[in-house]
Amino acid sequence: MSERASKETVPGAGAPSAPPPANARAGAFSRLTRSRPTRPGEVYGVPGQGDAFWLSLGSIAFIIFLWWLVTFLGWVKPLFVPSPGAIIAKFVDVWQNGFTNTSFVEHVWISTARVFGAFLLACVVGIPLGIAMGMSPTVRGIFDPPIEFYRPIPPLAYLPLMIIWFGIGETSKVLLIFLSVFAPVALGSRSGVRSAAIEQIHAAYSFGATRWQVMRHVILPSALPEILTAMRIGIGFGWTTLVAAEMVAATKGLGYMVLSASQFLQTSTVIMGIVVIAAIAYAFDLLMRFVERKVVPWKGRM
Amino acid sequence: MGLTINQASVVYPAADGRPPVEALSRIDLAIDNDDFVVALGASGCGKSTLLNLIAGFLSPTSGEILLDGHRVQGPGADRAVVFQKHALLPWLNVIDNVAFGLKLQGGAEKARYEMAGRFIALLGLDGFQNSPVYKLSGGMQQRVGIARALTCDPKVLLMDEPLGALDALTREKAQELILRIWSETHKSVFFITHSVEEALFMGTKLIVMSPRPGRIAHRFDLSFSRQFLAGQSARQVKASPEFIRLREQVLEIIFADEEDAA
Ligand SMILES: Nc1ncnc2c1ncn2[C@@H]1O[C@H](COP(=O)(O)OP(=O)(O)OP(=O)(O)O)[C@@H](O)[C@H]1O
Ligand SMILES: [Mg+2]
Repeated sequence: MSERASKETVPGAGAPSAPPPANARAGAFSRLTRSRPTRPGEVYGVPGQGDAFWLSLGSIAFIIFLWWLVTFLGWVKPLFVPSPGAIIAKFVDVWQNGFTNTSFVEHVWISTARVFGAFLLACVVGIPLGIAMGMSPTVRGIFDPPIEFYRPIPPLAYLPLMIIWFGIGETSKVLLIFLSVFAPVALGSRSGVRSAAIEQIHAAYSFGATRWQVMRHVILPSALPEILTAMRIGIGFGWTTLVAAEMVAATKGLGYMVLSASQFLQTSTVIMGIVVIAAIAYAFDLLMRFVERKVVPWKGRM
Repeated sequence: MGLTINQASVVYPAADGRPPVEALSRIDLAIDNDDFVVALGASGCGKSTLLNLIAGFLSPTSGEILLDGHRVQGPGADRAVVFQKHALLPWLNVIDNVAFGLKLQGGAEKARYEMAGRFIALLGLDGFQNSPVYKLSGGMQQRVGIARALTCDPKVLLMDEPLGALDALTREKAQELILRIWSETHKSVFFITHSVEEALFMGTKLIVMSPRPGRIAHRFDLSFSRQFLAGQSARQVKASPEFIRLREQVLEIIFADEEDAA
């Protein structure tokens, strides 16, 4: 207790009017060797602690400005990089008139349904299987080799197989995305099972818990942070695979839109589609982070 | 009746080219009702192994452990364990942590919270029922751990260095608290510590263990905790000539062991 109190009164912790202490004058170099004292409520030395919101906003603004500058000054042809304005105009155009006789909303809806359908399926199958792999050497022995075998293969490589086996309908598309989400979700859940401290497990047993209760009340809750992280990583893979899944015999969807626009050298539609995919994925990631803060506020705290 | 350990030995099998470790050799120990048994000894002499044996996490290589005449076959709610740390569940608030054992045993919610509330009050945690445990200080977390074990109403309370992570002042307060609770609840306690003073102050029986093979080298019957409970102050008890004499004697035994090891 007293240790923390003294930490907060270290000179240079906050007051901007105070003369700079010796170690602050050493400048950037001292930041590399030693962390600054924290503000009350933070924990000293937590890696990467601090708010990066404004910096991120600045970074985005700078990239857009650079983009605009390059096109405005005519350094690259619009065929390669259209101006930000052209992208917005294209967005408004597709929003109003659709793309290849399909409305924009429908493109978005179809792709989102494919990705989230596959994602939900991967969670429903992958999380229990991953947990079972963590809990039982038998299950691990059986499922570890196939998962580890297919995991590093790029989805594009087995896309032809999917099509030969499952045809050109929705099944092969959703299955392709499913496979790319499944591995990270299952493996994350599997390693999450190891998160519970052995003392927590022993304590539960010594209060009369059964094996099932230990799993339900100790192992699963402590695996939750890692499972949520695995879900975030998994859906990222899902969006990555979307374009591949919509490469063959699709007539709708954002991936299809990007691919067919590229064949007609409609660069502005390509970039617009990419930005839309990124925006949806990012929005979902923000949602997941919010859920994480609500569901596992204790993550990393004990 | 209470708990009886008969000729229990534990041998950890050889691993990584190291020979087998005889962690406990033919231990005899009785922990009667109302006993407060303290285990003391150099690091690695088998104290935690003995506790794991009583808790039922480990089965003896030979010998047996009997609780009220029945052989101990595994962990159970009649022997609740308090660990040094890391054993609370951070996703539950204080009252749910304390009521955790009752929940496992299937108690009704209302009865559970009533019981938990009683022990929360007993350990001076009133007003923190709904705090998340990860926001409590180390001393408070440890009290939650003790309250949680007590709510299970075990016959024996097993504590592995429960106060080892606390500062000196909090530690002395916790010692007094545990003694009061012990005398009020009439539990038997098996308590591991590295502090000779703590051992002498709290125990009714003291076992001093020696390593290689782990065994009980000395036994003492103690009455300092009774003096404290009878009304003397803790400082008074710890400053008495009898206490100091015994402390030096025990320290000498332990230092001798440590020197043998070095
Ligand atoms: N799982 C294990 N496998 C092999 N040897 C072990 C194992 N656990 C403990 N030992 C050995 O058994 C002996 C007793 O260990 P134990 O943990 O019971 O000691 P301790 O008295 O609790 O020590 P400390 O005071 O440091 O906690 C030690 O020599 C240790 O190396
Ligand atoms: Mg130990």
